[in-house]
Amino acid sequence: MTESQPDLECRDLTKDFDAFRAVDHVSFDVPQGSFFSILGPSGCGKTTLLRMIAGFQSPTSGDLRIKGKSMIGVPPNKRPVSMVFQHLALFPTMNIGDNVGFGLRQRGVGKAEIKTRVEQVLERVGLPHVSERRVDQLSGGQKQRVAIARCMVLEPDVLLLDEPLGALDLKLREHMKIELKSLQHAFNTTFVYITHDQSEALVMSDNIAVMNKGWFEQIGSPHEIYHHPDTAFVAGFVGDANKIDAKVTEVNGAMLTLATETGSEMKVEAAGTGLSVGQPAQVFLRPEAIALGASDAAAESTANISHGTVETVFFNGANSTVTVKDGAGHLVKVAMPQTGDFATLRKGDAISTRWLPKQARCYAVSGDV
Amino acid sequence: MGSDQSRLGFYLLLAPILLWLIVLIILPHVGLFLVSISEKIGPREYETGFDNYAAFFSEPLYWRTFARTAIMSIMATALTLILGFPIAYYIAKLTRGRTKTTLFLMCMIPFWVSELVRTFGWMILLRETGVISNILQYLGLVNGPIELLYNDAAIMVGLVYTSILFMVVPLVTTLDSLDDSLIEAGYDLGGTSTSIMREIVIPHAMPGIVSGCIVVFMLSLGNYLTPILLGGKDSLWFTGMIYTQFITRFNWELGSAFGFLLLGLSSLVVFLGLKFSGQSLSETMGRS
Repeated sequence: MTESQPDLECRDLTKDFDAFRAVDHVSFDVPQGSFFSILGPSGCGKTTLLRMIAGFQSPTSGDLRIKGKSMIGVPPNKRPVSMVFQHLALFPTMNIGDNVGFGLRQRGVGKAEIKTRVEQVLERVGLPHVSERRVDQLSGGQKQRVAIARCMVLEPDVLLLDEPLGALDLKLREHMKIELKSLQHAFNTTFVYITHDQSEALVMSDNIAVMNKGWFEQIGSPHEIYHHPDTAFVAGFVGDANKIDAKVTEVNGAMLTLATETGSEMKVEAAGTGLSVGQPAQVFLRPEAIALGASDAAAESTANISHGTVETVFFNGANSTVTVKDGAGHLVKVAMPQTGDFATLRKGDAISTRWLPKQARCYAVSGDV
Repeated sequence: MGSDQSRLGFYLLLAPILLWLIVLIILPHVGLFLVSISEKIGPREYETGFDNYAAFFSEPLYWRTFARTAIMSIMATALTLILGFPIAYYIAKLTRGRTKTTLFLMCMIPFWVSELVRTFGWMILLRETGVISNILQYLGLVNGPIELLYNDAAIMVGLVYTSILFMVVPLVTTLDSLDDSLIEAGYDLGGTSTSIMREIVIPHAMPGIVSGCIVVFMLSLGNYLTPILLGGKDSLWFTGMIYTQFITRFNWELGSAFGFLLLGLSSLVVFLGLKFSGQSLSETMGRS
């Protein structure tokens, strides 16, 4: 076995349900000890993909290898993977110790050894001395950790997590994100995590795959996914973005000039889009990439500047935003700088917005977006 | 005023169940008990005492029939559970939607006809000139007509058949409530079909198993028609013996004592069953 052998490899994995293709030629590698997230809207096929890795569904075609061994035809109870279910699936008829020890009992490990290993793993997830308790005596966060302990005690090669944070309240979810990441780090096990919540994926992952309609739109680090989305879907799904429909009016190397239907012009720096003059395009612009300024403050000649009025102010603590209506009537969402300079902004105030051409992303309009 | 009215409403609503309990259950039992402890010492002369109960223990035929009834009922209950569990598991876990409703309905349909008719159906199948005997002869497996009726096996078949629905219904209800992901989690953690059945499915289904067993046991123990019709004259079922005391022997005193012994027996077996399975009556009855 070479060092660089990935823990999990998927090659052209496809799953058809009758006429519907749930997973469409998906290929990816997950290196040992990394945290890999599959992010996508509900119904995009991510649960089917995870269930294929766990062995509950068999792929229509393609190969799936764990530590180099093909898993096609291997039943779930013989695979070196464990799964944390969406609703955790702790056995309510057993106490915590029996729950965690279940997998070891199936392997025929001796009673005394099960006991010590269960205690050890419960200690590692920060829940010592709970073995005797019943499942319903634990809080949501504790159950989460027991579910992870129940899998980790078997020392799986890959741990699969099926949106386990979905049922928790917001505060606990924020807390568990950090905790999951540190548990993954402590166990140094490969985690494959599926979610529809982009912030979970961005915070925890080493790599993210964005999935849409059964196939992967992009695989990359959280930074790449957020700042350099490959496709319009990724740009629109991950993070907030202003979407502007426009037509290309001029191509000058990587610098494109586009005009909206109402005539407002903008410059966008986008290499390799293959766009030519006259083609329709979509421009995605992050709210935090736009600066607010007094009408005469713009000094940079290359910046796209427009003047408008404040339409609404959404106060949401550090995530407050302002909607600005420009001269042509377009609404643009802008992140409120947290320096306090614009704290007095009110509806109807005149304001100008500016952003640099390289901060926007531009994509050719494809049929299905 | 308002509270008086609501109290009146409360008692009015309570009245039917109270009437039912007192008039149809408690009063007859008190009456029976009084009859069972009166000894006949001469024409229209009675004395209070436990002679009738003593007669039960001194006559081997009585207590042997009693024990036989209990053991056969327990066996019928076990057999019903063994046959009913796979059916219930199949209906609850392996089918969904329309198929599930259809299968469930098919279990119920036989119960739309009276027990008498159903038992006669079995007689048509099992008797000497019946369907099974004829088929066996036609296939050349036996030389002459064979009598399959009037033995313990026939009684057992009848008891299981009449009570299996009462096992399947509570089992389907409890198995339905078992989350599929628990079974999947069991497989995912390396469990085999047997260990998952033993450690996850059966513990979860325990309340249903116990309540189904209680109902089936009571029905078998108190069954009169099936043992008499399928077991014939020598069936020796305890309810038959009670009937004989009341109707043919006009010995109401002994019949009442038998009735109370049967009540005691069923209570004891249910109590032991609950103790043995670690379930409580309120839990099993409340959940299914």
